[in-house]
Amino acid sequence: MRQFLVHDSRDNVGVAVVDIEAGEVIAGATLDDGKVLNATAGEAIPLGHKIALKDFKPGDTVVKYGEDIGKVVANIQAGQHVHVHNLKTKRW
Amino acid sequence: MGDTPKIKGYRRENGRVGIRNHVVILAVDDISNAATEGVAHVIQGVLPLPHAYGRLQFGEDLELFFRTMIGTGANPNVAAVIVIGIEPGWTARIVDGIAKTGKPVTGFAIERNGDLKTIEAASRKAKEYVQWASELSREECSLDEVYISVKCGESDTTTGLASCPAVGHVVDRVVAIGGTASFGETSELTGAEHIVQKRAATPEAGEAFLKTFTEYQDFINRHKTDDLSESQPTKGNIRGGLTTIEEKAMGNIQKIGKHARYVGVLKPAEAPNGKGLWFMDTSSAAAEAVTLWAASGAVVHLFPTGQGNVIGNPIEPVIKISGNPLTCQTMSEHIDLDVSRILTGEMTLDQAGEELLNLTVRTCNGRLTAAEALGHREFVMTKLYRSA
Repeated sequence: MRQFLVHDSRDNVGVAVVDIEAGEVIAGATLDDGKVLNATAGEAIPLGHKIALKDFKPGDTVVKYGEDIGKVVANIQAGQHVHVHNLKTKRW
Repeated sequence: MGDTPKIKGYRRENGRVGIRNHVVILAVDDISNAATEGVAHVIQGVLPLPHAYGRLQFGEDLELFFRTMIGTGANPNVAAVIVIGIEPGWTARIVDGIAKTGKPVTGFAIERNGDLKTIEAASRKAKEYVQWASELSREECSLDEVYISVKCGESDTTTGLASCPAVGHVVDRVVAIGGTASFGETSELTGAEHIVQKRAATPEAGEAFLKTFTEYQDFINRHKTDDLSESQPTKGNIRGGLTTIEEKAMGNIQKIGKHARYVGVLKPAEAPNGKGLWFMDTSSAAAEAVTLWAASGAVVHLFPTGQGNVIGNPIEPVIKISGNPLTCQTMSEHIDLDVSRILTGEMTLDQAGEELLNLTVRTCNGRLTAAEALGHREFVMTKLYRSA
């Protein structure tokens, strides 16, 4: 059973493939190289939402699909939920 | 690359292959909608296409209007067309455009006749067309003769993980067998435009894409009030876990597969003039974009959805693919192919792609899509600016 997937081995976020509860010990897989990852959810992560695979500070870049998908705007700890409250586009 | 799948389609007078056999009653303008729908009340088995535009448009917007009207009637999924307009000039222009395909088409103008006489005359011709069309039969054709369009809607992170790559698998296959496909959604490529540019078959095609993309960015900058954060990503995208337009764009472009390269750039509703993958400049709003593809001649549409966009189109069947288990469970009547097992590792992307290819062939052979069965016939024309 896996609870999250990572698109690319360069990514620093994963995607929950089930609803994850706070404190849950979870397993994931990286799609490009099949590597198995383990993490602990710092908070609840709904299905489809992103989980931090490392600690971030404001100004850091979030990488998904091996690509820059935006900048961090609030401190994030590994295992926490990454979404509109702490990640913004660099466009517009 | 495997064999080219066979389908049973309708080969039209110009050699093009359709997978549906509609007799369309096409309104030229908003005030002809009542007569158009009047014919559909009298004659069974016709497809009326009322819409909101067609008066006092000008310039590029008018050209797009005629391209959309003529292209819709010319689509190979259409057997014959009745065109109804308020006056004979623009009505004849649309009739003449559709007639180039060789299919039966007749125009009727309301001025100096009134709605009732128009409905009667158009109904007599429509009766003749539906009876004629009902005797046309499907014949064996190849999947490479089927022009496929692709666009996703109400995306979430599962579209990037599962449903868009499944569509990408089919696009790679279709292009490899010498077929025709088109993708678009200019706004939703923001953040992935550098990757899309590199997927061009030639430097010229890449430059043409970048020019279209840059013109769109300039348009946004002229009209935006603050930024696009209220519309891109949409509230549905955000609910599904997508945070930024860049992230959405990366998921979106999974639809063009891993290998296919686009050979050129199409204006909205413009027909491709050759085989291969084409980029079309479209809005990312589902009904508008699919209407443009149908007008460009596409006969079947592959539509990945995450949160559950329910769109259909009157001319080209829309096949819905979802990898979101919650959507597949709560909106099952809208989903043609559930690929959510990709998330749990019980299904590979290649398996999902093959299942989608198989479902595409069955849809081409006549199987109704969920959207067709549910009566989704969203015909929404793109308007570039206000009328005179």
